[in-house]
Amino acid sequence: MNIAAETKRGIVRGGETLKEHRDRLMEATRRTGHYAGLEKRALHDSDPILYNKLFSRLRAGVVDARETAKKIAASPIVEQEGELCFTLYNAAGDAILTSTGIIIHVGTMGAAIKYMIENDWEGNPGIRDKDIFCNNDSLIGNVHPCDIHTIVPIYHGGELVGWVGGVTHVIDTGAVGPGSMCTGQVQRFGDGYSVTCRKIGENDTLFRDWLHESQRMVRTTRYWMLDERTRVAGCHMIRKLVEEVIAEEGIEAYWEFAYEAVEHGRVGLQNRIKAMTIPGTYRQVGFVDVPYAHEDVRVPSDFAKVDTIMHTPSEMTIRGDGTWRLDFEGSSRWGWHTYNAHQVSFTSGIWVMMTQTLIPTEMINDGAAYGTEFRLPKGTWMNPDDRRVAFAYSWHFLVSSWTALWRGLSRSYFGRGYLEEVNAGNANTSNWLQGGGFNQYDEIHAVNSFECAANGVGASAIADGISHAAAIWNPEGDMGDMEIWELAEPLVYLGRQIKASSGGAGKYRGGCGFESLRMVWNAKDWTMFFMGNGHISSDWGLMGGYPAASGYRFAAHETGLEEKIASGAPVPHGGDTDPENPVWDGMLEGARIKRDKQAITTEEMFRDHDLYLNYMRGGPGFGDPLDRDPQAVADDVNGGYLLHRFADSVHGVILAEAGDGLYGVNEAATEARRAAIRKERLEQSVPTTEWMAKERERILAKDAGLQVQQMFAASFKLGPRFEVSFREFWELPESWVLDEADLPIPSYGREYSMDLSELPDVRTVELVEQ
Amino acid sequence: MAYTKAKIRDLVDGKIDRDTLHQMLSTPKDAERFEMYLEILQEQVPWDDRIVLPLGPKLFVVQRAMDRKWVIRSWAGYDFCDWQENWKLHARIRVRETPEQMEELYPRLMAPSTDWQVIREYFCPLSGDLLDVEAPTPWYPVIHDFEPDIDTFYRDWLGLEIPERA
Repeated sequence: MNIAAETKRGIVRGGETLKEHRDRLMEATRRTGHYAGLEKRALHDSDPILYNKLFSRLRAGVVDARETAKKIAASPIVEQEGELCFTLYNAAGDAILTSTGIIIHVGTMGAAIKYMIENDWEGNPGIRDKDIFCNNDSLIGNVHPCDIHTIVPIYHGGELVGWVGGVTHVIDTGAVGPGSMCTGQVQRFGDGYSVTCRKIGENDTLFRDWLHESQRMVRTTRYWMLDERTRVAGCHMIRKLVEEVIAEEGIEAYWEFAYEAVEHGRVGLQNRIKAMTIPGTYRQVGFVDVPYAHEDVRVPSDFAKVDTIMHTPSEMTIRGDGTWRLDFEGSSRWGWHTYNAHQVSFTSGIWVMMTQTLIPTEMINDGAAYGTEFRLPKGTWMNPDDRRVAFAYSWHFLVSSWTALWRGLSRSYFGRGYLEEVNAGNANTSNWLQGGGFNQYDEIHAVNSFECAANGVGASAIADGISHAAAIWNPEGDMGDMEIWELAEPLVYLGRQIKASSGGAGKYRGGCGFESLRMVWNAKDWTMFFMGNGHISSDWGLMGGYPAASGYRFAAHETGLEEKIASGAPVPHGGDTDPENPVWDGMLEGARIKRDKQAITTEEMFRDHDLYLNYMRGGPGFGDPLDRDPQAVADDVNGGYLLHRFADSVHGVILAEAGDGLYGVNEAATEARRAAIRKERLEQSVPTTEWMAKERERILAKDAGLQVQQMFAASFKLGPRFEVSFREFWELPESWVLDEADLPIPSYGREYSMDLSELPDVRTVELVEQ
Repeated sequence: MAYTKAKIRDLVDGKIDRDTLHQMLSTPKDAERFEMYLEILQEQVPWDDRIVLPLGPKLFVVQRAMDRKWVIRSWAGYDFCDWQENWKLHARIRVRETPEQMEELYPRLMAPSTDWQVIREYFCPLSGDLLDVEAPTPWYPVIHDFEPDIDTFYRDWLGLEIPERA
C-alpha cells in the first residue's frame, strides 16, 4: 500500500484536494473565458429535460427549506421579514442556485468557503461529512457581523460534492451598542462577536463549548439560538435533498449540473445584457452623509468625531459582446464608522438589485459574478486595506451607491423602449430604529425594527413608484405587523401613516415611505438611536425627476404623557405630517424635544412615555413634475402622499375644493401656472457655462464645507483618474492643491493602514480588480 | 412575446393595462420594440427630423434633416450639441443652494442640507422643460452620464442600418 499517495488524496470527488480543485477550475476559467473551461455544456445540450429537472427540483427544494426553516425562528427579523437565505454551492464554493430572501449572500457564504479552501481548512481543522461551520467575518466577505452563516459540506460516497450555506440576520451580535447594526463603534473590535469559518459541530451536533460561548456573546440569546437552529435545519433539509437527487439521477448528472449551472448563469447574464441594454458608457454617482461631529454621536475616538461624505462615482461600460465592466474609481476611503463593506458584499449585493431588473430569473448564482468585471480600488470603503475597519451598517452606503446604477441601466432601458423596466432608483432604506435594555418581559433585550423593509420604490417611466413597499436588499421585504413589533419591542404604536412628500417629485413620483410614532412602554434602563441619511438624499431622480426627500429625527423626552393619558388630554398620534409646521410639539409643553437633521445618533436614554418617530424614506421621481397629470397631483394631496402647498410650487397644479374636504383641479389656472413656472425657470436659470465660471471661482477659493473638501481630497488620493478628470473639467491650475493633511480635521487612516493579508498564515481571496 | 403598436403606444403614454405590463415584465423581451417605439415617438414629436435614440421623455439623439448631422435635441426643438458631447453643458441651469430654494420642493427638515448637497436643474432653453436633475455636493463636475455606442447597437445587436451621419 502506498501510504504517501493515500495521505495526499483530497476530499473532493475524484481525489483532488479542495485547493487543487478550485485552482484547476479558476485556471480553466481564465484560459477559456468560460466557467471551469466549459465551452460546451454537455448535460444541458445532451439531456435538457434532465438538466431542467435538476434545476427545478433543487431550486424548489432550496426555497422550500427557507420557507420551512424560518418558522423555527422566533426573531421577527427572520420570521416576519424573511431575512434569511439558503444557497447550494459546488465543491469549489461557487453558488449553483439560491433561495429567495437576502440573496446578497449568494456570494458571501461562497467567499467563506473559498477562504476555507485557500487556507487549508481541509488539513486543519478538517472538513468531514456532517461537520457544521459558522462564519460571520466581514473581513473575508460577509456583509456585516449580524448576518450569521451556517455552512455544511455535502458528501457522497465518502467524497465531498458540494456545500450548503444558510444565513439569518440576527437581532444582536454583542456589539458596543444593542441592535444588529449599531453605530457607536468605529473599529471592528466594537462590532461584536466575530467568527471566522469556525467548526462548531460534527456528526450533525453542535459542540457544547460553542453553545455556551456563543449564547453569552450576544444580548438576545433566545433569538440567537433559535436562529441557529433555523439555519442548521435548512442546511440539513437541502443536504438531504441533494442526497435524494443523487440517488435518483446519479452522481454524474449532479456533478455536471453543479458546474454547468454556473456557466449557464454567466451566459444568461450576457444574453440579458444584449437583449435589454444599449452598448456604451454610463456614468453616475452616489453620496451619503456621515455626520459624526454632532454631540449626539458619542464614539470612543476623537479622530472619528468628524463630518464626512461617502462618495462613489461609477462608470459602467457595456461592450458589443454583451460583457460589461463596473469601475468605481474615485470612491471614498474606508472610514472610522460602521459603513464599510468588503469587496464581496459590494459585488454580491449588486445581484440582489439585478434580480429585480436585469436578471429576474431563478437562475441566480455565481455565473453572473464571473460574467462581470468589477474594479474596486484598494483602500476604498468597499475594498478596505485595513483590518481594523467596522462593518456593522455597511448598508448605509451600499444602498446609496447602488441606487446610482439604476439610473445607468434605466437610461439603456429607456433608449430601447423597455419603459416597463425603468426605475429612477431605490430608497435609502432607513430609518433604523434600534436600541435595547430590559424589555417588557424583564429580560436583557435588543431591538432592530425592520419596518424599513418597506420603503418607497423609485418611479418608473410609466407609473409612480410603489409606496411603503420594498427594500433593495430583500425583494420580499415587508413592514411587518404592528402587533408583532409590539410583542418584540417595549414600544407602543401611537401612529403609522404614509410619509407625505417623501417620494421624489416627477411626471411619475417616487413611492412614499411611511412613519411610525412609538411610545416607550414597560421598558427599563432603555436606550435607542437613529440611523439613516439626513443631510443628503442619496437617491437622485431620473430624466427630470427629483430626489427623494432626505431624513430627520424626532424624539421627545419628559413628555408628561403619563399624566395626559390619565386625564384624557390630547396626546400626539398619527404622523408628523408636516415637519415644517409641527403639531405634536405644542402638545408636549415642557418636554425635551430633538427635532433636527441629525439622522444618525448613538445610544440615547429613553424612559416610559418618551416618543420616537421612525420615518421610512421614499423613492426618487421620474420626468418633469410639470408633466404630471394634474388630477394625479390632486389625488396625491387627497391621499396624504403630498402636502398641499407642493401641488403648486412643484407641479404647478392649482387645486380646487371638491367637497368633503377633497380637492380637484382648476384646469385653466393650472395651465396658466405651469406656463408661468416654465417662464420663471428660464428667468432664474443661466447658461451652464456661465454657472461653471462662478463655481470654478468657489473651487479656487476653497469655498465649501469641510465635509465636501474632505470628500474630494480623499477621492483624489485613491482615485488619480478621478482627480485628473476633476482638474480638467474645472480647468484648475497646478498650484491648486487639495490635500486632506491640510484640512483642520483629523484624517487617521490617510497614510497608514494594514491589511488582513499581512497577518501570518493568512491567504485572502481576491475576486475583483483593485 | 410581441405586442401591437397600440399596446406600445399605451406604454409610452403611461396607460398600459396591468395584464400586458405583467407580461412585459415577466417574459423575454420583444426585439422589435425599438423600431416600434421610434415610430411612435416620431409621430408624437413636433418636428420631422429622424430620431436615432431617445435619451429621455423630452430629449433625443436625432439625425438633423438639413445636414445629416447627429445632434442632441429637445422636444421643443432646441439643438444642444453634437450627439457625443455632454448636452447639459449647453443647457440652462438653476442651482438650488439655499434652504429657501430647497423648501419649494420639500418640507423643512426633509430637504437636503445645502452645505452638503445641492440640486442642479437643467432646462431646455426654448421651453423651460426640466430635462435632468443632478443632486451632488457643491463643486461636483457636470456628469456626462451616457455615451451610447449607437453603431454597435444598430448594426450588431439589432441588425438595423445605421442612419447616415455627416
